[in-house]
Amino acid sequence: MKAKIAAAPYLVWMVLFILVPLGVVVYFAFTTADGAFTLDNITEFAAYLPVFVRSLLFAVAATVICLVIAYPFSFMLSRMRLNHQRTVQMLVMLPMWMNFLLRTYAWMTLLENNGLINKFLALFGLGPLQMINTGGAVVLGMVYNYLPYMILPLYTVMVKIDQSVVEAAQDLGCNTLQMTAKVLMPLSVPGIVAGITMVFVPSVSTFIISRMLGGGNNLMMGDLIEMQFLGNSLNYNLGSAMSLVLMVVVLICMSITHVLGNEDVEEVM
Amino acid sequence: MSNNTIISLKDIVVDFDGEVILPGLSLDIHDKEFVTFLGPSGCGKTTTLRVIAGFIEPKSGSVFFDGKDITHLPPYKRAVNTVFQKYALFPHLNVFENVAFGLRLQKLPELEIRSRVLSMIELVGLKGFERRNTTSMSGGQQQRVAIARALVNQPKVLLLDEPLGALDLKLRKEMQTELKRIQQTTGITFIYVTHDQEEALTMSDTVVVMSKGYIQQIGTPEDIYNEPTNSFVADFIGESNILDGIMHRDFVVEFAGREFTCVDRGFDKQELVNVVVRPEDIEVVPAIQGQLTGVVKSVVFKGVHFEMRVEQAGYEWIIHSTRASQPGELIGMNIGPEEIHIMHRMEEN
Ligand SMILES: Nc1ncnc2c1ncn2[C@@H]1O[C@H](COP(=O)(O)OP(=O)(O)O)[C@@H](O)[C@H]1O
Ligand SMILES: [Mg+2]
Repeated sequence: MKAKIAAAPYLVWMVLFILVPLGVVVYFAFTTADGAFTLDNITEFAAYLPVFVRSLLFAVAATVICLVIAYPFSFMLSRMRLNHQRTVQMLVMLPMWMNFLLRTYAWMTLLENNGLINKFLALFGLGPLQMINTGGAVVLGMVYNYLPYMILPLYTVMVKIDQSVVEAAQDLGCNTLQMTAKVLMPLSVPGIVAGITMVFVPSVSTFIISRMLGGGNNLMMGDLIEMQFLGNSLNYNLGSAMSLVLMVVVLICMSITHVLGNEDVEEVM
Repeated sequence: MSNNTIISLKDIVVDFDGEVILPGLSLDIHDKEFVTFLGPSGCGKTTTLRVIAGFIEPKSGSVFFDGKDITHLPPYKRAVNTVFQKYALFPHLNVFENVAFGLRLQKLPELEIRSRVLSMIELVGLKGFERRNTTSMSGGQQQRVAIARALVNQPKVLLLDEPLGALDLKLRKEMQTELKRIQQTTGITFIYVTHDQEEALTMSDTVVVMSKGYIQQIGTPEDIYNEPTNSFVADFIGESNILDGIMHRDFVVEFAGREFTCVDRGFDKQELVNVVVRPEDIEVVPAIQGQLTGVVKSVVFKGVHFEMRVEQAGYEWIIHSTRASQPGELIGMNIGPEEIHIMHRMEEN
């Protein structure tokens, strides 16, 4: 009984800030501007399929790159001495304290056609490279912003893997690659699933990053949705339909990841 | 290096952050032997084992295996296997797969893997547990899995780091016998680490007594017990009476206020020495017949014998005797020449 009473504020919170908005989104998605039921908003979505596919591709790319960088990094971090671990953890978190827009502006000044990187290359008679306003810049921006969300859950599981288990694998004949495949990977599945979730979800629905670093040609679903609510195309009904489809797709992706992972990941997240 | 030396350590130096742990350790280990590193906690036993396994690269010095220099070989290329102190089983694999781990890496045929794993599981007494999850097993069972997992690879040398440390006394005794049996039937060289002197003395062919990174003595359990080379070994191997003495000349030593005849010679004239007398080697006699006389301070029954504390000229002797004296009683003590062990006085180290 006590537990139920203690959970009451949480339930109120859930209803107010999760269920109600979700209901509103569903309502708008299936109605016209006049409030009549319609499926047009959903079908109209087909016209934006290329943007949708691009969003998925960029998000998958960002997630994979984050995983490839974060996995060995987290492992090395988890094997460091405790005081070094704390320092490096701080360094990983540090950029997260800086405003997200500022960080992305910083990348703009770096990547611009006459930005710092191109100026540096020019010293050696190289370039200029077209970096800003490309898909690559968008993915880079996402990797930069979301990398800590991959590192932290991976680090959390890896720090629990006993060094003697790693050594046992090496002792029995594993080189580093075999040790990773046969021991590290299976034992870090919960961290992998959590990390993928925490990077993929914000990536696929990202906006601003794509607009700032990708120019007008690399818009993502998040940008389109934002335009329906705040931009000049202003269409709550279409925006809600887009959000709903995106949400369903994200949920499907995540369920697949969890089933593949086949582990309890709650404790890591 | 004699021809049946399998592992040879030459001047191994290991330090952690400038703190020297092994200051230059040299040791030859013979094939098919049961060798035990014995010493107090922190003396460098595990470090030595890890140098042999390849987890620590010494700052200087070399490790030879079968005459080949393996100092810089990574662990996975060495023909040794380790039974870790905390078992270190793979939590995501069942008993069978834990034991099969090394053989699968060698890509042996499935049929051979099956038969070797099953017979090894049987050898360590875990038949029927093949599909069990290791995390749900008792300490003793996990230890058996760890031993099977290492042994199944038929290494030339098996390293065991305090493998029985976490087990209760009864199980530890059982496993000691079992490990000795396995070592004898397989003929694999065992390098065994323990801080328990009784364990070392009962199981080993050779005991290496260590202190602060130095080897104090190498010998058979009998040698170590009966002829300790210094007072550290004597004290560590068993409770002993250790007194300061002066070696007047060959076969004559003075301690506890009088001269004794002994069987030692070859010391400098008037050399200051340590004299070691085992508690069970002192004969209790009526005060009037004793070489020494003392007052009994306490008597404790220890199951087989009585342990008595006896004060004599300011020194408190420990005596093991099958006959109890009364506290406060004046008794005589006799020590035969054979029972007096003389060693050079230890420098601070
Ligand atoms: N990785 C390490 N870093 C720093 N000091 C260590 C490390 N491993 C061992 N030591 C130190 O080296 C000494 C010997 O340790 P060890 O070989 O484990 O002793 P033993 O196994 O005989 O108890 C100890 O003082 C210990 O604190
Ligand atoms: Mg140790």
